[in-house]
Amino acid sequence: MADSKNFFLEFPTLPVELIRAFKKSTDAAYKGFSREYGDLIESFFNPLLKFLVFWEKLLVGTPWMIIIGVICVFAYYGTRSYKIVIGIILSFFFVGYMGMWQDMMESMGFIIVATIMSIGLGIPLGVWMAKSDRAQAIITPVLDFMQTLPPFVYLIPVVMLLGIGKIPGLISVIVYAIPPMIRLTNLGIREVDREILEAADSFGATSWQKLTQVQFPLALPTIFAGVNQTIMMALAMVIIASMIGVKGLGQEVLRAITNQYFTLGMLNGLAIVILAIVFDRISQAYGKRIQKHRSGDAI
Amino acid sequence: MSVNKIEIRNLYKIFGEKPLPLIEKVNNGMGKDELLEKHNHVLGLSDINLDIPNQSLQVIMGLSGSGKSTLIRHINRLIEPTSGSMMVDGQDVLTLSQNDLLEFRKNKTAMVFQKFALLPHKTVLENVAFGLYIKKIDTAETEKKSMYWIERVGLLGFEHRYPQQLSGGMQQRVGLARALANDPDILLMDEAFSALDPLIRKDMQDILLELQSELKKTVVFITHDLDEALKLGDRIAILKDGLMDQEGDAVDILLSPKTNYVKNFVEDVNRSRVLKARNIMQDASAISKDLLNGQSLKVKADDVIEKFIDRVVVDKPDLIEVLGENGSAIGYLSPDRLSEILRK
Repeated sequence: MADSKNFFLEFPTLPVELIRAFKKSTDAAYKGFSREYGDLIESFFNPLLKFLVFWEKLLVGTPWMIIIGVICVFAYYGTRSYKIVIGIILSFFFVGYMGMWQDMMESMGFIIVATIMSIGLGIPLGVWMAKSDRAQAIITPVLDFMQTLPPFVYLIPVVMLLGIGKIPGLISVIVYAIPPMIRLTNLGIREVDREILEAADSFGATSWQKLTQVQFPLALPTIFAGVNQTIMMALAMVIIASMIGVKGLGQEVLRAITNQYFTLGMLNGLAIVILAIVFDRISQAYGKRIQKHRSGDAI
Repeated sequence: MSVNKIEIRNLYKIFGEKPLPLIEKVNNGMGKDELLEKHNHVLGLSDINLDIPNQSLQVIMGLSGSGKSTLIRHINRLIEPTSGSMMVDGQDVLTLSQNDLLEFRKNKTAMVFQKFALLPHKTVLENVAFGLYIKKIDTAETEKKSMYWIERVGLLGFEHRYPQQLSGGMQQRVGLARALANDPDILLMDEAFSALDPLIRKDMQDILLELQSELKKTVVFITHDLDEALKLGDRIAILKDGLMDQEGDAVDILLSPKTNYVKNFVEDVNRSRVLKARNIMQDASAISKDLLNGQSLKVKADDVIEKFIDRVVVDKPDLIEVLGENGSAIGYLSPDRLSEILRK
């Protein structure tokens, strides 16, 4: 009697020992793999580390007024708006006065590198996906998986393999931030007007000429939306990546959480918001700028 | 080389997964609707045969769904046929390798599209230069040629605008210049003027005729508009449901329509506005001696009937004398024949 009651109330499971053995053996196998190949993989990522350190040093080592100046030039060239430039100056001064300048520069370097890597990997993948239905069929579920798997979960194997530090942090940020880059590149290219492609075909354009002269330029606004999304997601991931040793604003937020320093958390959070808004406005402005042919006055 | 620039032989196109076995059924008389219902395949073209003489303007006409756009896309093989051959200058386009096909498209053909299909991110100049860019012609020559054609289509001063800053008619001039800059033997025009309003359309037709009289390309022009077909076409082919209904010159189509479909088409056409003296004139041998010696009215060979009908009514000549370009008579037309043609 008691047995049948249990059967309905509790989900039938594998024997506990079996599950434990499965987890143990998988972990052991992965540990063995990382012990065997960890160093090799780490040396493989060495150039990436150098690239990252270069950017961090550049941003931290450059005098603050030059950094603000360069960002303002970028912002003005993109938006042609003094309001935005003044907003950027004021908010950067705020961050600096509150003693968060160096942290912000570290985060900024990190995000710049993560974005460059995401663009560099994401655009070719997106192009491949747009050109081949089979590639799309394979990559789409992988992207779905990457976007829904909680970041904490894929931090574990990355850390097991590469330990704590900048590179595992960077990899997890790229994994988190690259899907929109790939998806929107694919979408942008697939959305190009069929008739325009037919016109290019009728002039005998090769596949490469069609890509560079027609598909890519026409997809650029969509691709830029992808760049913007990628930057925003990289910023969001910076906090989580700080758990595995990425320095910068995220680390301060993490310190604030573990010690319940409300103000510290708030200020660093605010600095991340400022960084996000600045990146967002500038990248969106450039996205609009490349569409100038669309808004021409009709005669 | 034959005098025909393009020879289309037994061309079939059936859209669907397994079209080849269905050709026989189509040959045995299965129509478009039945094919779709029973086999879920769409009949695009069925046994098309057409000769297009060198330097002539061939119009292909039909309603939407008749297969005319499918047919023109076989000439530069934007669509692969199910079976048949497409000879251009004695070479079957349908057997060209991928590389040869690209070369063929670069050098032999250029296409003008119904919705213009310009590159919105490029300026007028860059659009016109597109074909030359694809051919990797050097920059200076590309610009020179492009500017020449921009001037020829009347767009000088607009070369640095973007297509969306231009009106529809101007955009299609860009489309025409883009095609001509490539200096193709064959100009493919897929309902090129159908999206334009009537006045602009007439302008574009005149531009095309003027350029054609000078350039002497082989032009394949798709339209659903009979007036346009009659105005432009040296020869007209009429398609219906993927089948060739009738093929001939404007006078054939107008005066002796073979099927009801064509009859319906030509019923409402104002013949006096379409037929030229040249089209309906006869040899001196067909005219009786009395008339030849009587009072005559002189008209130009390229005048349409409408242009001289008032004088026929007022002057009541015995004979209409049709003059060639050098001013001498090249044919004759009796008032009786004229009235018969207009009455039909």
